[in-house]
Amino acid sequence: MPGGKERELRRRIGSIQSTKKITRAMELIAATRVVKAMQRANAARPYARLITSVIEDLAAGGAEVNHPLLRQADEIRNVGFIIITGDRGLAGAYNTSVIRTAERQVMGHVAEGKGYSLCCVGRKSASYFRFRNYRIDHAMSGFSDNPSYDDARRIAETVSESFLSEAVDQVELIYTEFVSMGTQRVVVRRFLPLVDTEMMAQEGKGTGREGSFEFEPSPEAVLEALLPRYTEARLYGALLDAAASEHANRQRAMKAATDNAEELITKLSRAMNQARQDAITTEIMEIVGGAEALSGGDASDVEAALASMLTGTDASELTTAGAGGRPA
Amino acid sequence: MAVELDVELVSPEEVTYSGSAEMVIVRTVEEGDIAFQAGHVPFLGVLAPWSVDVLRPGGERDTFAVHRGFVEVSHNKVTILSDVSEAAGEIDVTRAEAARQRASEALSADVDDAGAAAALERAELRLRVAAA
Repeated sequence: MPGGKERELRRRIGSIQSTKKITRAMELIAATRVVKAMQRANAARPYARLITSVIEDLAAGGAEVNHPLLRQADEIRNVGFIIITGDRGLAGAYNTSVIRTAERQVMGHVAEGKGYSLCCVGRKSASYFRFRNYRIDHAMSGFSDNPSYDDARRIAETVSESFLSEAVDQVELIYTEFVSMGTQRVVVRRFLPLVDTEMMAQEGKGTGREGSFEFEPSPEAVLEALLPRYTEARLYGALLDAAASEHANRQRAMKAATDNAEELITKLSRAMNQARQDAITTEIMEIVGGAEALSGGDASDVEAALASMLTGTDASELTTAGAGGRPA
Repeated sequence: MAVELDVELVSPEEVTYSGSAEMVIVRTVEEGDIAFQAGHVPFLGVLAPWSVDVLRPGGERDTFAVHRGFVEVSHNKVTILSDVSEAAGEIDVTRAEAARQRASEALSADVDDAGAAAALERAELRLRVAAA
């Protein structure tokens, strides 16, 4: 049926156009959010740096390293995992690459005969692992876009609790590190036990400060109050990095989707134009054929009939205007 | 000219305050106030839920309510690390008043309510700092 194909294509172009509008909007939103997320990550850096330097000073001041958060288990029986993904999809490979890394890690530890305990941050990781019948001990979501320090505190407290109660002997943190706008990579970091303070002091550049600090109440008490804050600050940093990475990934994915939609629209428009042309040609052919059959082969009659059918005007006009190369 | 201290109040989200001061007064968990002036020996302490006063060179005074945190002093620089702190201007007095009301009612009902006691302490600190 002529025109059927054209209508079909026109409908498809329409739907792709509205999809394109959506992906374009998401791209622009992600672009502004990634900038904000980067600013937040940068603003949070001084606190993390200072808290590390305080620990270095404590180490220099000779604090006794004997805090439960530093407990090195003789034998690792259970490993905890904090898996940070987003709440929403449409962010390219962002969620899947974190999940895949996490699953490999979990499998590796299970193969060594250890138990696991999952703490899923973000709806995507929780639904993935729940669907595959992993045991999820903690799941938190609803803030992957814009994490607050309170969120970090909640996660850190939950995880520290299970570490302190010896439910797990080691905790790994799996998230996406934001290196730059163009580069984000999934990393696996040891979260607990904290590496001991002397190692931290060596890792840090030592700052060249004299180690003659006065402590109040005592180096140990300061350290004890400090370590929980340190875990929170680390987790907060990871959440902010993950949020910035998520937005950057979403922006890239949506840009690709918009470009694809554009390309598809161009292709379909060409096909549609051709279909319309075909339909018109077919219609003319039918009319010509019909008129010719009616008049019994008289050329001028055919032209008159064709003209009146096409335009509804007087036949003589058309014959002079251009009867298609036929000599009068 | 007197040497001044650099003061920074840093929260996990951002650097909330930075400036110079003649003196900084804090209270540590040992239940003692301690004031820092330029040239103080390196010091590291755990802060009690109390106010932090920054005396500016011009004679002004900036007051903060710090509910939890640390103070580090070295090289004429005072850094206050706190995950829960507010400047005097940011405090919502009516809300703090309501919170105090609620907490003291809860305390009179149950003297051992640790949560209410802490809430009362927080509310009173807020009101005191806001009034300063």
